[in-house]
Amino acid sequence: MEALQQQFFNLEIMRAAWPMLVDGLVMTLLICAIVIPLGLLSGIAAALLSLSHRRSVRWPAVAYVDFFRALPPLVLLIFVFSGLPFAGIRPSPLEAVAIAFLLNNSAYYGEIYRAGIQSIGAGQREAARSTGLSSAQTMVYVVLPQAVRNVLPDLISNTVEVVKLTSLASVVSLAELLYQADMARSVTFNASPIVAAALIYLVILWPFVRLVSRMERRLA
Amino acid sequence: METQTLTPLERFLDTFFNGTVIARYMPSILEGAFITLQVSLLVVVTGTLLGLVLACLRAYRIAPVTFLIIVFADVLRALPPLVVILIVFFGLPNVGVSLSAYMTIWIVLGLTLAAFAEEIFWAGITSVDTGQWQAARSTGLSFTQALVWVILPQAVRLTVAPLTNRAIAITKMTALGMVIGLSDLLGAATTAQSFSGNASPLMVAAIAYVILFLPLVIVSRWVETRFAWKRA
Repeated sequence: MEALQQQFFNLEIMRAAWPMLVDGLVMTLLICAIVIPLGLLSGIAAALLSLSHRRSVRWPAVAYVDFFRALPPLVLLIFVFSGLPFAGIRPSPLEAVAIAFLLNNSAYYGEIYRAGIQSIGAGQREAARSTGLSSAQTMVYVVLPQAVRNVLPDLISNTVEVVKLTSLASVVSLAELLYQADMARSVTFNASPIVAAALIYLVILWPFVRLVSRMERRLA
Repeated sequence: METQTLTPLERFLDTFFNGTVIARYMPSILEGAFITLQVSLLVVVTGTLLGLVLACLRAYRIAPVTFLIIVFADVLRALPPLVVILIVFFGLPNVGVSLSAYMTIWIVLGLTLAAFAEEIFWAGITSVDTGQWQAARSTGLSFTQALVWVILPQAVRLTVAPLTNRAIAITKMTALGMVIGLSDLLGAATTAQSFSGNASPLMVAAIAYVILFLPLVIVSRWVETRFAWKRA
């Protein structure tokens, strides 16, 4: 028991690692501030393209979405970070993370928006068009707001997944929360810094996990 | 290397689709793919079964058991799997429990999938109408019999689509094994890349992942229309 506490909940080591963890947390929040808005916006584009009436637009869009849903995010990130330099393109760790997450998130958010848009009956669209709105206005003011409301639990739950996935940035040595915690672990030979990082993730994400559970129960 | 005489296209092919490099590292990449496939199957089977068992236990509504299940499911749904993997792989040996990279990935991802599967099965069980319970119990079935023979068959139908999506997402995370030195598909490819100084092994691995997972993504599309989850 003593050994467990020493190894996983060593308060002294946690306190010593705290400044590093705070730096890491700031970087994690910065990554989130870049990749979440990008994902939410590019997802709308992916959804609209994959619902296009033109087959020449729809099929490539669906292929894009399926391709990036099939490719593990870590493989994509490593490919962008250490594969592209062979082609003369050298992204920084943060740029690599932004690019890989943009490709991955647009596919995942895109699928969610698509389901939302499809859940809106054609009557809504026809009514909006008959009041004189253009088709773009219909999409922005009538269809999308209702679509987003219908898939809100899925959007939140995917955003939780995105925040969790930012921990992959540690693999390309971007100094975010997990990277800093792992550095502290390798210096102290003690897992407490990673446990502290886990607690930080838990504090940030647990309310959202609860929220999604409650929203989903209400819908079912 | 007569790099100067290569056209841009030739240089691109030489970098990302180099036949000699691919031929040399193909055996180790195939072995890696086999490990990825093995761990994936283990994770899906154990994770789904454990999730189902936990959801059934929760149906008995024994307060302390329910509480523990909710804590387990919430914590593993909120934590990034890579964090848990590092704690298990680097922390446990210091208290005398050494797990191989293979076991670590299997256990952590299996438990993560179990957490999500438990929530999905539980949502399925609660969405079956209470009249079904009452009818089953009034014909003389015990609680357990009603759960197994009447409620679960209806609940599981509802869970197929979300469960398939979640299982695919978590199975893809077997690639995280590379971080703790597992020679899975990604691990074998990154090793080959650094030995050969060429991006072709990574390209082969990326293509192999798409070949492994694209059929599942397409099946999940079909499943979504076939077993539509109740929506508002």
